[in-house]
Order: sequence, then C-alpha cells, then structure tokens
Amino acid sequence: MRQVRVLVVGAGPAGLAAALELRRRGVTDVLVIEREDEAGGIPRHCAHTGFGIRDLHRMLSGPAYARRRVQLAANAQVELLTRTGATGWAGDRALDVTSPAGRDTISADAVILATGCRERPRSARLVPGDRPAGVLTTGELQQRVHGDRVFTGRRAVVVGAEHVSYSAVVTLAWAGVEVVAMTTELPRHQTYWAFDRGARLRWRFPLLTRTALSRIVGHDRVASVDLTDLTNGHARAIRCDTVVFTGDWIADYELARQAGAELDPASRAPRVDTSLATGVPGVFAVGNLIHPAETADVAALTGAAVASAVTRWLDGRREPAPAAVPLAVEEPLAWIAPGMLDPTGPPPPGGRFVLRCCAIRGRGLLTVRQAERTLAMHRVRRLVPNLPVYLPAGWQRAVSPAAGPVTIGYADASPEFFAS
Amino acid sequence: MSAGIPDELSAPGSAVARRDADISPYDVAVVGAGVVGTAIARELSRHELRCVLIEAADDVGTGTSKANTAILHTGFDAKPGTLEAGLVRRGCSLLREYSSQAGIPVERTGALLVAWTEEQELTLPELARRARQNGYPALRSVGSDELYVREPHLGAGALGALEIPDESIICPWTVPLAFATEALLAGVQLRLGTTVRSVSGTESGHRLHTDRGPIDAGWVVNAAGLSSALVDRMFGHAEFDVIPRRGQLIVFDKLARSLVSSILLPVPTTRGKGVLVAPTVYGNVLLGPTAEDLDDPSDTATTAAGLTGLLERGNRILPELIGQEVTASYAGLRAATEHPDYQIRIYGDQRYACVGGIRSTGLTASMAIAEYVCAGLADAGLAFERRCELPGPPRMANLGEAFCRPYQDTAQIAADPAYGRIVCHCERVSEGEIRDALQSAIPAHNLDGLRRRTRAGNGRCQGFFCGAQVARMLEHPDGRG
Repeated sequence: MRQVRVLVVGAGPAGLAAALELRRRGVTDVLVIEREDEAGGIPRHCAHTGFGIRDLHRMLSGPAYARRRVQLAANAQVELLTRTGATGWAGDRALDVTSPAGRDTISADAVILATGCRERPRSARLVPGDRPAGVLTTGELQQRVHGDRVFTGRRAVVVGAEHVSYSAVVTLAWAGVEVVAMTTELPRHQTYWAFDRGARLRWRFPLLTRTALSRIVGHDRVASVDLTDLTNGHARAIRCDTVVFTGDWIADYELARQAGAELDPASRAPRVDTSLATGVPGVFAVGNLIHPAETADVAALTGAAVASAVTRWLDGRREPAPAAVPLAVEEPLAWIAPGMLDPTGPPPPGGRFVLRCCAIRGRGLLTVRQAERTLAMHRVRRLVPNLPVYLPAGWQRAVSPAAGPVTIGYADASPEFFAS
Repeated sequence: MSAGIPDELSAPGSAVARRDADISPYDVAVVGAGVVGTAIARELSRHELRCVLIEAADDVGTGTSKANTAILHTGFDAKPGTLEAGLVRRGCSLLREYSSQAGIPVERTGALLVAWTEEQELTLPELARRARQNGYPALRSVGSDELYVREPHLGAGALGALEIPDESIICPWTVPLAFATEALLAGVQLRLGTTVRSVSGTESGHRLHTDRGPIDAGWVVNAAGLSSALVDRMFGHAEFDVIPRRGQLIVFDKLARSLVSSILLPVPTTRGKGVLVAPTVYGNVLLGPTAEDLDDPSDTATTAAGLTGLLERGNRILPELIGQEVTASYAGLRAATEHPDYQIRIYGDQRYACVGGIRSTGLTASMAIAEYVCAGLADAGLAFERRCELPGPPRMANLGEAFCRPYQDTAQIAADPAYGRIVCHCERVSEGEIRDALQSAIPAHNLDGLRRRTRAGNGRCQGFFCGAQVARMLEHPDGRG
C-alpha cells in the first residue's frame, strides 16, 4: 500500500502535462503511472512532425515531443513509474496496480485519469466477413512499422479519411505498402485541404467518398474487400492484403466507468464539469479521455488545466458544488466536452468547449439554450464529422443551476446573417 | 510455468514427450483434434496403446470447438432416450470434475429459459417434464416478478421462465488443449497440419494416406467433425451427411457483464437452442448464435444480415446490451446432420469407429463420448490395458475472471516478474503467460492460437495497444529480438 498526494494514471501528453503543472504550483508527491514500457503516450509512435505547436511553441516529431514531455516532467521531480498498470479500484481514490515489482495498491488524495483514447477496431464497427490477418488500426500499424518492426504487406485499403487516416498513409508508404484506396462513408474527407491534396498527389491513391467497406474476404490473410457505393448500393471487390481502420476515436473509459463516472453515449468519455472533475469526489479526467481525439498539444493543454481544480480540492477549498448542469447536444452535433457545468465554476480549458458533429453542414450557428431561453449563439464556418468545433464559454455564468439541462444545437444560417 | 508441465517435458524435443516418435503402425489413429478427438485421444492414452492424433489444421481445437456458445449444458432439453441425451448428461459431470482438476474455468451461473409469448409459456411444463425424463429434476418455475428481480435489465414482456440452476459457462478453448496436452504427455503423437486424403487396407489394419505421407494404424477413430462424413465415406459408409450449420455470435464489452447474471435461453426450436445471451468466463457478454445451413464447410464468415438480426434479437432480450461496445464477432459451424442424434458407430470387423454428427453439445459431452467410444472399441476387440503411470490432468493456465489470474498473484509475480509485466492491457495478459503459451507442450504458433491460450488481443482494443508487441513475441518465442 502506498499513499501519494496526487496519482495520475497515464503518462501521455495530458497526464504528463497535468503532473508538471501540479509541480509548478508547488504540489509535492505527484506520481504518474504508465502501463507501457515507456512514457510519452501515442506520439511515441507518430513519426511525422507537427507536435508541440500550441503547448510547447515549437514543431517537433511525435517521438521528440514525447521525449520532451517526459523530460519536462522529470525536471520538475514528477515521479514516474512505467510498466505499472492500474487494474481496478481498491477504494475511493485508490487503485490496484500490477508491475514486475508485484501487486500494490496506490491511494491518493486526488486521482487524475489520463488514459487517452483509441481507434474503434473492425469488430466494434461490425464489419462482416472472414477474420484473416492483415486487419489493424493505425495505432497498431504505427507500432508494427516503426517500433516492433513486424509488419508485412503490399496493398492496403485505408478506412477513414480524417487526420489519422493520412498518418496511416504516411506510415504505409514508409513501409513500402501501396495504398489502393482510402474510403469514407461521408461525401468528403475530414482533414485539412492541404493534407489531403498533398498526400494524394504524392502517393496517388483514390479517395472513395460515400463508400462503405462492407465485407472482408480472406482465409489466412486478407485477399480482398468489398466496397459498397452508398449512392447506388453497388458493391465491388478490391484486391488487397491489408485493411487499416483509422480514427473513429473512442475514450479508453474502463477506469472512469468503474469509478462510477457517467459516460457520454457517443464518445464513451466520462462526463466532466468545466474544472475537469468527474462527479466522483477527487477523481478528475483530462486529455483525450474526455475529448477523443484532439491533437496532442490540445490534450496537454487540458491536462495542465486540471491543476487549479486539483489544488483547490487538495486544499479543501472546493466549495460544495451544486448539482452540475448537464449539457446535451442535438443532431447534427454528436458530443460536447466538458459535458456538464457549474455556472459559478471556472471556465473550461482554453475558455471553450470542444464538440464533434455527425453530419456535414455549411455555415451556421451553434445555439445554446436552457429551457426557453437562448443563452448564446456562435457562428461556425462549417461542420465536418471528426473535425473539432469549438464553442467559446462566455455564456457559462448565464446558466441557471435549477432550470434543467443546457442544449446545444445547430441552425443553418442564411447568408444575409453573415453579411450583416 | 505453463499448464503445470514440468520443465523437462515442456522443453522442445523432450525425450519423454517424444518417446514413441514416428512409430508406425500405431494401435489407434484418431482423425480430428477438436474437443471430441482430443477427448478420445486422452482416454486412449490412459491405456497401453500407441496412438496418433491427426489434425488437418495447424492447431488443436480450431473448428467447431473454438467458436461456440461456451456453455456446459446439463442436457435438460435433450431428446429423451437419445444417445446425445445420455452422453451430455454424463459428460457434464465428467467435464465439471476434470475442469476443476485441470484449472479450466467454469462458472455455475445457472440459466433462465425465458418465455416471451403465451405459446412459449405453455411449452415450459413440457420442457420441465422432459428434463425430469433426462434425469435432471432440479428445474424450477420462475414467475415474471421474480424473473425481473433476478435479471433487472431483461427486456419488457417476459412472461416467466424455467430456472436451470446447473447450466454453466466454460472456457471452450482450454478444454481440447488440456485433453491434447494430457494425451501428448502420456505419449500420444500429435500430427498437426496433416490432412487424410484416402484410406487403404494393410495386413494389420489401415493405411491413412495424408498430405504428409502415410500413417499406419490398427484401428481408426473418425472424429473429423465437419469432415466426418467425408472420412466416413473413405471407409465405405454413407450413413449421414454433414450439413454445416453456421452460428454467428457477437461478444460485447466487459462493461456489459453487469447487465446479466444468468444464461438467458430462448425456448428451443427444432433448429437449435435459438439466440441466447450469456456471460462468458472472460467477463464479456455473448449474443448468438444464428442457425444457417450452408454448403461450404469452411465458411465461417459473418454476414451483415446475421449480425443485424442478432442485434434485433438481443434488443428484445436485453435492450441495454445493444448500446454497449462490441468487442468481437465471429462465426462457427456445427456439424449438424440429417439425423436428430449423434452418429456414433463402431465397425468392429472393420476396426473403424465413426464419431460424427456431434453438434453444439459436443463440448459438454466430449468426455462421455470418449468413454463410450473406448468401451465400444473394447467390446469390438481392441485390447485395453490400463497404464499404471499416468501424467494426470495438466494444470492449464487460467483464463477465467472468476479465478486468480497471474497479474493478480503476488507470489507468482515475485517468483517471476514476467507475470507482472502486462502486455495485453484490455485482457490483462502478462508477458509470462504469452511466453508460456509459446513454449508449452502444444505451443501457439500464430495469433489465433495465442489468443485461445492466453486471451491476448481478445479485448476491446483488438490490438491497438498491444498488437505489435504480441506479434514480435510470436516472431521471437525464445524471448530474443
């Protein structure tokens, strides 16, 4: 049995940033546990650049960014235990852990969950067919290619057309694999125009929009997949030996749910208030566990943002919170994080809420309503699934604690509105 | 230490395990290393007989044995008087006992056979009567109120149920592996990746012509499952046809486990036991199976219609289940025939036994089938002489959530820190367990084999976190690289 002041579960960008910020605020005895051999989280496996812009104000490769985050935490005397997996709760703010040193229980005054997110695998997407080898997620692909060097393949279909899908293309190209198609059920890709154009010019693969992967065929290894054109229902087989299921992020929610936190039905992320408290006393959640998936720098920034609430909790100065007001979204919005708020609480990290949508829309308005009252309207240029939408939190104080849930909706705006 | 095998036996090329290497002719050849074939090989290995177990696939237990509903049946609903009814009843208690010795996880969850319509409700007394005829009197009627107290998440509209308190869930993967391991340690030869193409007679018995050369044996036992009719025809018989009946199943996330405490059975029909919802010993929830008659005995693909249909059925039985994440979906084929009973025949003059048509109850009945077949072989003239020194049941790696697993075992981690190094985080499988599975008496040599021996990669992330590391361990089973 070990007792610490703050226990952080997960040494990815968010967990390390949370621990660092707590140390900066003078909190002693901050322990980060990481179940993998090395700290640093998902960026360790992302060989491409683009990490660290918003949090460290520099441009780094994924591995360099991970090393930098670990170094910063170490410099601040954050204690880090790798190969230490939390396997369940032993009590309030106490976790059972397993490591090569044995079985232990770590009890803390505050627990910060930073367990991140993962891509939905083929099985969770209910893609029918055979179950041959050669079907994997981007996360596994990147580790197989760059880390463990156990990847073989010649022709790949990439399912999904969001940021990470293009990372998968880069990794496949690096491994010498031809991308024979990228598919998305949506009518367009869901990344930056330049990413898509650059990748398709360089590696010459077709982006098949409004296309579903409807069957996987193959005995030992993938032989082909069926692609169905959603506009007319026509299916055709395409030969390949590898299928990479990309994106469709889902929170790694097990510990949060076991703690008793409520999960968002769409993202499976634990609901937190704007201070990043889960509603379970002394248990906080940060990073891509609450918004699967933002870029690593955004995850690190929400990680750091938890520090003020945690220090308040540790000081016992946390006002008895009135029941937090839940935030609900209406279609075409899919989820919002944080998913509840205390009108008198701190603003959310960065002063904004993160949203995702489930359908493409043009210019419009996000509307914030409570009962019959409209609290705010916020213009958005467009809605694209898998791309973030941010909603500034200036209306937070206008929420009434007793008037029921706050609903965030979307309304098409006429061009005149924007012209005015 | 894997499967409790002493070091000198688990080492590759061990003299003890290989003592009868390549001694042909054998006294008995068993064709098929599914749960039935391995059970028969195990039973034979307890006697002074030189045996070979021949399997077309590259591992034991890869056919019907690996993809089923993983239930240890009481046999309450079998057709009274059939061979199946008797063997399921006896097999259930034999396997329950063996499992406790070999460390095969079994949980006695009980089952509730739920009636959703008045017509179904009217059949419950008949099912209870049938259970008593089958020698299983412990059934109990459960009214609707009690039913919803026991299963509060059950969908609306259930009228009542029969409780079958001894229906249990079991790990179907460990069972054939334990049988085969025990047989192997007792000297049975295991020939994996070996397909029997034809059969001819020799002076002393049979010559099995395989794609890896001939194997001679005095007696042949056909336990070839989906191929049992094919092998039967090689011996000149045509008593039955195997009609592969596909069952698709969906495995839900462990967070769904709290939604259900018993096996929820539908009222059975002639086509099988219907779609059920059951906990698994791994802590998940299973929904299935479908029942589709096919022509192709290798078509274990899932289909969009099959999966959608299951979700619709599941939505009625346990609506909250459908909102949970799906961890896996798979399909298995049961070796159904045109007959309503097992097709077990001993041809003494021909020195041949056919053990075919073993449907979904084969896992439960396996040890009783082995006992029955061996008694039949003895009657037909095969000399059975009990061996005095037997290895006994091996101690298998525990895959069950209800029992202590290595990551929870302080003493085991202290003795070998590899058991504290978790590789597959979703299923909490340690490096030590993966290493053991790669070095055991019947080692895993691909991901599928490793999954069935350790659960590695079976969890909700399906390899997102650990897939690469597991693949590397498979490529370097000696721990290097």
